[in-house]
Parts: sequence; structure tokens; C-alpha cells
Amino acid sequence: MLAFILFLGLLLLYVVIAVYAERKVSAFVQDRIGPTEVGYKGLGQTVADLLKLIQKEDIVPSAADKKLFLIAPIVIFTSIFAGFAVLPLSPDLVGSKVSVGVLYLITIISMDVIGLIMAGWGSNNKFSLYGAVRSVSQILSYEIPLTLSILCVVMISQTLDLQEISFQQGIWANHYESENSITNYLFGIKYFGIDITQAGGILSWNIFRMPLLFFAYIIFFIASLAESNRAPFDIPEAESELVAGYHTEYSGFRWALFMLAEYGMMLLVAFLGVILFLGGWNTPFPNIGEVKLAAWTSGAPGTIAGNLWGAFWLIGKTILVIFLQMMVRWTYPRLRVDQLMYLCWKVLTPAALLLVFLSGIWRLLMV
Amino acid sequence: MSFTAYIFYFFAFMTIVSAIFILTTRNVLYAAFALLGTFLGVSALYVFAGADFLAMAQIMIYIGGVLILILFGIMLTNRIAEHQYLVSSSRNSFFAVTGGVTLFGVLIIAILKANFTSLLWIQEAQKKASVNSTMEKIGENLMTDFVFPFEVAAVILMAALMGAAFIASQVVKK
Repeated sequence: MLAFILFLGLLLLYVVIAVYAERKVSAFVQDRIGPTEVGYKGLGQTVADLLKLIQKEDIVPSAADKKLFLIAPIVIFTSIFAGFAVLPLSPDLVGSKVSVGVLYLITIISMDVIGLIMAGWGSNNKFSLYGAVRSVSQILSYEIPLTLSILCVVMISQTLDLQEISFQQGIWANHYESENSITNYLFGIKYFGIDITQAGGILSWNIFRMPLLFFAYIIFFIASLAESNRAPFDIPEAESELVAGYHTEYSGFRWALFMLAEYGMMLLVAFLGVILFLGGWNTPFPNIGEVKLAAWTSGAPGTIAGNLWGAFWLIGKTILVIFLQMMVRWTYPRLRVDQLMYLCWKVLTPAALLLVFLSGIWRLLMV
Repeated sequence: MSFTAYIFYFFAFMTIVSAIFILTTRNVLYAAFALLGTFLGVSALYVFAGADFLAMAQIMIYIGGVLILILFGIMLTNRIAEHQYLVSSSRNSFFAVTGGVTLFGVLIIAILKANFTSLLWIQEAQKKASVNSTMEKIGENLMTDFVFPFEVAAVILMAALMGAAFIASQVVKK
């Protein structure tokens, strides 16, 4: 229950900050200043926007399919928010300790596709329907490289439990209630015999335990941009041709729910990428001999310090990833539909399949 | 009743209500969307039965795959211009009701008469109730005892995928 309230609060706070950050980052990229009027350096801009948004009338077009139109934003937001249930925020704080964590996450967020179809069809508007169809085909296609890149990690860490994956990538690897004890070798190769279980830090992150996972992370990052409908994969809501895509007809609070779901998806995939590839809540600094950087910058699981450090590192890394997402959005032009499908099916999917194969071989070197 | 029991009844209720809605509504698209409730409810019931992997597979296959296919099928094939869309008529309701009620009765009698606790595999499963996930057992069995059906299914699915791609590519060439 604590995790539920924390994540809901975190999501709402994140949206307020992220919208402001998005505007400032875009202004920086385009050599503008961005919002300056409301509050110090425009800090109050998003709050003012939100207050305006809540006061707005909830308009339902007379030709819309009313039931579908009204339910759609709730379905989308619920399915995205349900994904947060299995994310481990710190060594002890996780909503649900299910052993099918990763699988649950990728299945439950695929439910938002249903909500998108509801919104597109229910609006009874050509822009909305086109936006929904494009969005659904894009999300369904990019789920394949996304899932394959996640599969690489699952094969390396031999578990679907996100908390166990987090524990494996740090100095507390053997503190998790699991029967198999873990020994991390440098680059995962046992042959060299360099034991880094007690060194931890960045050396035991998954992208270092199996260096090829760095390429898997690139695939994951690209596919996750497409999953959250962000530029350069934003043809579902391409302003210049479709007005706003599937949420063209929405206003007021329901439109806010769409925005909340979209930014929530960004946050969710950023969290997931950090947990799977970039060490989760583990510190980036390794123990070097007597200089115990890892032990100094993280606390033992079960203590308050451990939880605070964990949350700090996880959220810090996530913010970096989100900043990268924003920079990508404002730097690259939008992909055409054929380029989108080419990238997915002819570049990312074969590369991800190859990586799954190599991960299987690498796993043999690790034991 | 405990809190868990309330949640169980909530999901059971959701499953049944959305299933009844599918039967009674005449709008095909509403029926398809109501399937979401049914599938989700059934997968929640799987969770209550301790079958976590099955529940996830249910959502992934039925909601993520079959339901979206149905929705696209409905949206792309109905004659929207003539305003006849999305409405289905019910025929042969007499036989349908008779068949349904008979099947329901037979199943209810069979379930009430069966003594589940005396079944060998149920007893074995209850002994292993401390196992907190079915994932490992499923994986081990798929790779050992059931590897042949598993591989056959994989080959058939691969053939289906290639066939679908072949048919689709022919249409594009014209």
C-alpha cells in the first residue's frame, strides 16, 4: 500500500516537473528561453496550466460514442499505472513481490492499446481514428524488439523478479531471499576468475556483467521511445497532420489523464530500463581495495539508509534517462511510417534476436 | 469475509457481468470491448488459483493478441457508410438457450458430484503449496517431459507466421 501511494505521488510530482523540464529542454535545444513569467524562472508554469486544465469543461462531442469516449482515458491510465506495481523502488520497497514481475509488466502495459482503440473509435473523428490505428500498430510492432531485449536480461539473470534482478547487480547480491548464491565475475566471464561480487558498483551492472547488453539497452531505449509514442516515433499524434491523434476530441480532466498516462509511460520505461540494465537502485561507484565507495554510497537492505540511498540512485538514474529521452525528442525529426516499420522489423528485431542468442552463450561462460 | 475474499468476488462478478453483457448487447464492438473485462477477470481468478504464469499468459495472448485482432477485424470489415454497422441479430435463440442451459446443468451436476479432494493430482498439488511460483516447474517440464509437443507447436506457429507473411506480401504486389 505504501508503494502504491508513493508511486502515485511520485507520478503526479514527476508530471508537473517533467512538463516544465520538457519545455525548458526544448527551449534550450531550439535556442529559446522557454517559460519565464509564472514564478521564479517560470517554475510555476505547469501548476498554472494544471489549474486551468481542471477548471475546463469536460466536453463530449455529440456524435461520439459516449460510453467508449468516457471510459477510454481511465483504461489507458489504469493499465499504465498498474505497471508500477512490480517496480522495486529500493531494497525493501516494492508494490508486489511477484516472481513473474517482468512478464506482468510487459503484459499489463500492452492493455493500454485497448484504451487507445476505444478513444480513437469512440471520438468518431477521422484524426482520432487514424491516430489510434497508427499508435496501435506502432506499439504492437515495437513490443517485439522491446520484449526480446528484456529477454536478454532475463536469460543473464535467470529470473523474472525485478527485485532479484536489482539485487544481483550490486554488492548486496547475496542478501536476497533466494537459494542460489551469486558470484559476479568481471564481464561475467568465469575463466578470468576476477571476482567482483564485493566490488559492486558499475562493474556489476548488467551492461557490465554482459557487455553486449549495452547494445540490448540501445534497442530497449529505441523501442521504449516508440512504446510511449514519443518523437521520433510520434506519428500517432503528429501535430502537423493529425491535430493531436487519438486525444484530439478530449478536453479538461480526461485530456489530463491522457497526458498523465503518456508521461507515466515515459517514467515507467525509464525505470524499467534502469532496473534491467543500469543497476536498479545500486550505486554506480565500486569498492576499490580499501576505498569502499560502494559501501559508503549505499546502505544495507533493511535499514533506512539503504532504502533512502536506493531510492536516490534509482530516481537519479531515471531522471538522467528521461533527460536523454527529451533530448532525443527535440533533436531528431519524425520517422515516416515505412521508415518506422523498416527500423522495427529489419533492424531492431534481427539485432535483438542475435543478442538473445549471444546472451544464451554468455550465460554459459558465467557459470 | 477477508479482504482477499472480497477481491475474489469482485473479479468473479466482473467476469460474469461482462460475459452476460456480451450475450445481451447487439453492438458487436461493445461486445468485443466487454471481452476485456471477461479476460481480465479470468486471469485474476487464475492468480487466486496460484497459477501466476497462466494468468500472465492469459492477458498476453487473449488481451494483447486475440482481442486486438477481433477489434481490428470489426473496425475494418463493417460497412460503416450504410449505417448498418456493429449491430448483430440473434437467430435460433430457442436452440441456443436450450443448449446453453443443458450444458450449464450438466456441468453444475458434474462439479457438485465430483469429489475434488480425493483426486491424486490435487492432493499432490496441495502438498507443494509452499512453492511460490509455477514458473520454474513449467520451464523445466517444457524442456524435459514435454519438449516434443513444445517444439511441434513452435514449428506450427512458425509455419503460420510465414504463411501469413506470404499471403500479405502477395496482396501488396498487386
